[in-house]
Amino acid sequence: MSDTLKIGSLEITSRLIVGTGKYANYDLMQSSLDASGAQVITVAVRRERLVDDKGRSLLDFIDLDRYTILPNTAGCFDAGDAIRVARLGREILSQMNNPGKEWVKLEVLGDKQTLLPDPAGTLEACRELVKDGFKVLCYTSDDPIAAVRLKAAGATSVMPAGSPIGSGRGIANPAAIRIILERLKDADTTYPVIVDAGVGTASDVTIAMELGSDGVLLNTGIAHARDPVTMASAMNHACVAGRAAYLAGRIPKRLYATASSPWEGVISYIPGE
Amino acid sequence: MKIVVNGEEIDIAGCPTLADLVEHFGLGDRAVAVEVNRELIPRERHAETRIRKGDRIELVTLVGGG
Repeated sequence: MSDTLKIGSLEITSRLIVGTGKYANYDLMQSSLDASGAQVITVAVRRERLVDDKGRSLLDFIDLDRYTILPNTAGCFDAGDAIRVARLGREILSQMNNPGKEWVKLEVLGDKQTLLPDPAGTLEACRELVKDGFKVLCYTSDDPIAAVRLKAAGATSVMPAGSPIGSGRGIANPAAIRIILERLKDADTTYPVIVDAGVGTASDVTIAMELGSDGVLLNTGIAHARDPVTMASAMNHACVAGRAAYLAGRIPKRLYATASSPWEGVISYIPGE
Repeated sequence: MKIVVNGEEIDIAGCPTLADLVEHFGLGDRAVAVEVNRELIPRERHAETRIRKGDRIELVTLVGGG
């Protein structure tokens, strides 16, 4: 049985989306991306370094036939800047003819310390970018009402944060993620909801997937692990495991035990009987 | 002619068009997006877009990010 994730017109088999930031070097990034199994990777849009830039560029290390590039608007604190950056990203990806050219990972942040999304700015930018033809994958908090509003504004995918970006605190409020999943998939079970940010280790990915998320997006959890390549592989397996567990259907939690071995035929003394 | 490129004021000669400027910085064969005074100029218009004194130009690319 194939279990693919459809995000707009793109269909992918790996439900893990990984970032390309914060690696010690490009070789390590390349090996980690490979080990993660990801087919979609995120990038940022920044000024060219015009002096002393004899070094290598990110794009020299990315196989454009293998990966769909999802440009982000990280570092933007109002809708206007996010829209500008999204358009610049589209211009670059159009030159490379990468399928990500229609996409943007929209982030409109509130402040530098929390990196939490500004809900008003995010909604405004989402509306504008949808109008401009973008497929908006929209980073938001785990607020179910904000998520509903962003879907209504035309976001191709809503991406609630598990916990703050780079915090490694995992899925801080699983109940909120469950409510988001229920509300966004209510009349539309295939609507993609991707947990974005906060993942610290493999079990965080599994928890997000077991809740019924369609995918997980992470960066720091791999890039800053002691051994990024091994962690990337762990995240990959965790994502597959969590998805399978979700599809398989977990048993309910019970207060008391239920024996796995039959009571019938026991030869021993049973307390209380 | 003084212009501002990526936030730095520079005095540049021999670059009448955006295409020349992009080439000047060695970005001719690289994926690069260009804004002039906050307006995005698509690559196909670089050759016809003349640079004027005081223009504020952004040359941006993709870098690692999450």
